[in-house]
Amino acid sequence: MRTKNTIIYSLISTFFLIFLISIWKILATLQGLNINSFNIEVLFILGILISLAHLGIGNRIKLIYKSIIFSSVFVFCDGYLIQKLPIWYNVGVFLILYFFSYKIGKYSFIVLKEEHSTQVILFEFLTLFGILFFSFVILFPFYMMLVTSFKTQIALLVNPLDFSINFGQDIKDLFKSYFVIFKSYKFGKYILTSTIVSVGTVIITLLFAIPAAYAVARLNFFGKTFLSTSILIIYMFPAIVLVIPLYTIFSQLGLRNSIEGLLIVYTATTLPVAIYMLQGYFKSIPKELEEAAILDKLSWFGIITKIIIPLSIPAISSVALYVFMIAWNEFLFSLMFLDNPNTFTLSRAIQYLSGDAETPRQYLMAGSVVVTLPVLFIFVYFEKYLVSGLTAGSVKG
Amino acid sequence: MNDTLANTEKKTAYILTLPAVLLVFAIILFPIFANVWISFKEVELKDIRIPEPRAKKIVKSISNEPSKIKILYKLRNSSLLQEIRDVSFKDNFPKNFEIENLDSRCEYIKSSLKCEFGNWPAKYKENFQVIFSTKDGSKIDKKSLKSIKPKLDGKSDNILLNTNFTLKNFKKVLFENEFVDLLLTTFYYTFFGTVGSIIFGILTAQMVNQKFYGRTFMRSVLLFPYVAPVVALAYTWELLLDPNSGTLNSLLLNYQIIETPINLLGQKYIEIGIFGFDFKLRLALTTVIMFEIWRYFPLAFLFILARLQAIPKELYEAADVDGASPLQKFFNITLPQIMAVISILFMIRFIWNFNKFEDVFLLTGGASGTRTLPINVYQQGFAISDIGMGSAVSIVIVLLLLMFMFFYFRLLGKRVDEN
Repeated sequence: MRTKNTIIYSLISTFFLIFLISIWKILATLQGLNINSFNIEVLFILGILISLAHLGIGNRIKLIYKSIIFSSVFVFCDGYLIQKLPIWYNVGVFLILYFFSYKIGKYSFIVLKEEHSTQVILFEFLTLFGILFFSFVILFPFYMMLVTSFKTQIALLVNPLDFSINFGQDIKDLFKSYFVIFKSYKFGKYILTSTIVSVGTVIITLLFAIPAAYAVARLNFFGKTFLSTSILIIYMFPAIVLVIPLYTIFSQLGLRNSIEGLLIVYTATTLPVAIYMLQGYFKSIPKELEEAAILDKLSWFGIITKIIIPLSIPAISSVALYVFMIAWNEFLFSLMFLDNPNTFTLSRAIQYLSGDAETPRQYLMAGSVVVTLPVLFIFVYFEKYLVSGLTAGSVKG
Repeated sequence: MNDTLANTEKKTAYILTLPAVLLVFAIILFPIFANVWISFKEVELKDIRIPEPRAKKIVKSISNEPSKIKILYKLRNSSLLQEIRDVSFKDNFPKNFEIENLDSRCEYIKSSLKCEFGNWPAKYKENFQVIFSTKDGSKIDKKSLKSIKPKLDGKSDNILLNTNFTLKNFKKVLFENEFVDLLLTTFYYTFFGTVGSIIFGILTAQMVNQKFYGRTFMRSVLLFPYVAPVVALAYTWELLLDPNSGTLNSLLLNYQIIETPINLLGQKYIEIGIFGFDFKLRLALTTVIMFEIWRYFPLAFLFILARLQAIPKELYEAADVDGASPLQKFFNITLPQIMAVISILFMIRFIWNFNKFEDVFLLTGGASGTRTLPINVYQQGFAISDIGMGSAVSIVIVLLLLMFMFFYFRLLGKRVDEN
């Protein structure tokens, strides 16, 4: 039992180590270092040796010293085997090894003897692996988007793997792609259009949704259940089936290529979810407050503006942020309705840019950074509100 | 007293909900019905424009005669296909104007020129000329004349409103459009995208539900692909996967894992040999599904995490006392607890993936075996310009969707009964 556990432990930890070092090597390669092999065989032997040595030494040496010794040995072997690499690469390897030795520090022969210890070890390493794997898989495209926007066409052609940014150069050269898209491609105007459309959608949606949600949450009327179920069903209906009729109708009414047209469509598509989210919150407000207000002869309008709205600021801001993000990210309708560059939104403008095969990729990526940053900024800053909105809104996407 | 209160309540409710209901009706429900109408018609993109009678006004002075002026109207029918009936024309002039040559179709009353041009066939063009002089012989100001625009009016058939119906579109959808292939592709895309995103959602939720340093940060990061604009993400992926100088291919070549670049988004099939069997994998479709999973697993993650956090701790403590292994705990406690969320997620994601347009459109444009039904709507309607066909495909989508929803609500109903 002990041997089996020991073998499994050393294999799992070795695979984890290989994964860590490989990611580091990929990132180093993308900084222009010439690394042509992962040296998996060497890593494997070193990993097994380190994890076994760790068990063998046990508590005879303090964990810190042990980790430093292991890391130094590994860095020495790795540096000796691979060609000369800059010092920062070796520092990185050292830190990874230190982290790794520290993580395996809690395992000993005693732990391995416990019941289910292999599964426990497996789960612990899988969690660590998962955290790193998902962080890498998710952040890597965003990272590439950002660094590509700082490169030049020629540099990328010379070495497609060198994404190192030269911070020594002039600010103007560094941000060249951004200057170009704002100057030659009028991205300032597109940002303005996108902002007007998104903020406008938020305002109109709230104006329509707050009264409707209040009625659904509080008042009794014929057709109420029908209304609240149809809200959800309508929300399930796809935009793609609306496109052709809306296109024909908007063409005949002359609403294509206009911000008004977009505002109408965005409002209508976000209304159901806004009503759904708001009425859920309104129901949680105690009824007694309104009853007191009715005794004070406050009208319905007064109740909504003086009681309901002040009490549900968190829910309203959550809906507002959520609707803003939907409108900002929307692509399908802006593709269908806008074909005049003067009325483009950001998303549509980037798609238009990419339609020209001559457009250098760094401009495309600079545009992508410009459209992504505001959304990510809002998301990180207001995460608490938005997460509740996302789960309540549940289905948009 | 009570009755009147209930009545005012009703009235208020209708007033409060009416604007929202009307807007949603006009923009969402009405188009769905309009789709049915259009799908039974032979309409092309160019038929949508309503034919208009147009006139371009050109003012010319006549040499040596400053008190006279020649006005040329270039009349035409804007449509290349349809005739316009009973075209009427009206233009106004200053009060001191007199007309020199009156066309038989026109009359000049109270300084306005009115004409009845009758019917204009498609592509009709005419140069219509009138000469004016001032009564008092004063000089004519060309600019003020130009600023007055003539008004034209006419009747034309709106091809969308007539009652010629045909079943041609549906026949084409079913028999000429590689319908089975289309359905299969859509199904693969939807099913594997949904299942994949739920599996990744479970894994990540399980992961974040444990205590580790930087957990809240991890939770935000996991949601990035879901909240970022699809345009930016799709183009970034395209650059990463590009066969010529994309980062992924360059990396794989650099590490000598592959010998020639793989065109992940442009190649329909790839041959894979496993255990001596040769499989044909639909490569571009698989890549598109990967993107889909990458972009939408955060939603599953969020839902499942919320559910995981609501599972009572006592269940796990009891399992620990019984000496259950982590795997046993997962299969016997966690999985049954999150099953309900998973089934709802499955249905929601299935419906939404079924209708997904942007992702595939931006990545491949529907080429190399990634043509799904929504992509087909766009291709038929706007690439081939056959609006009727596009509508017919939309109708097929709606019908399939109604079918899913029917099963979904039946299932949901059963679940409610069981509890």
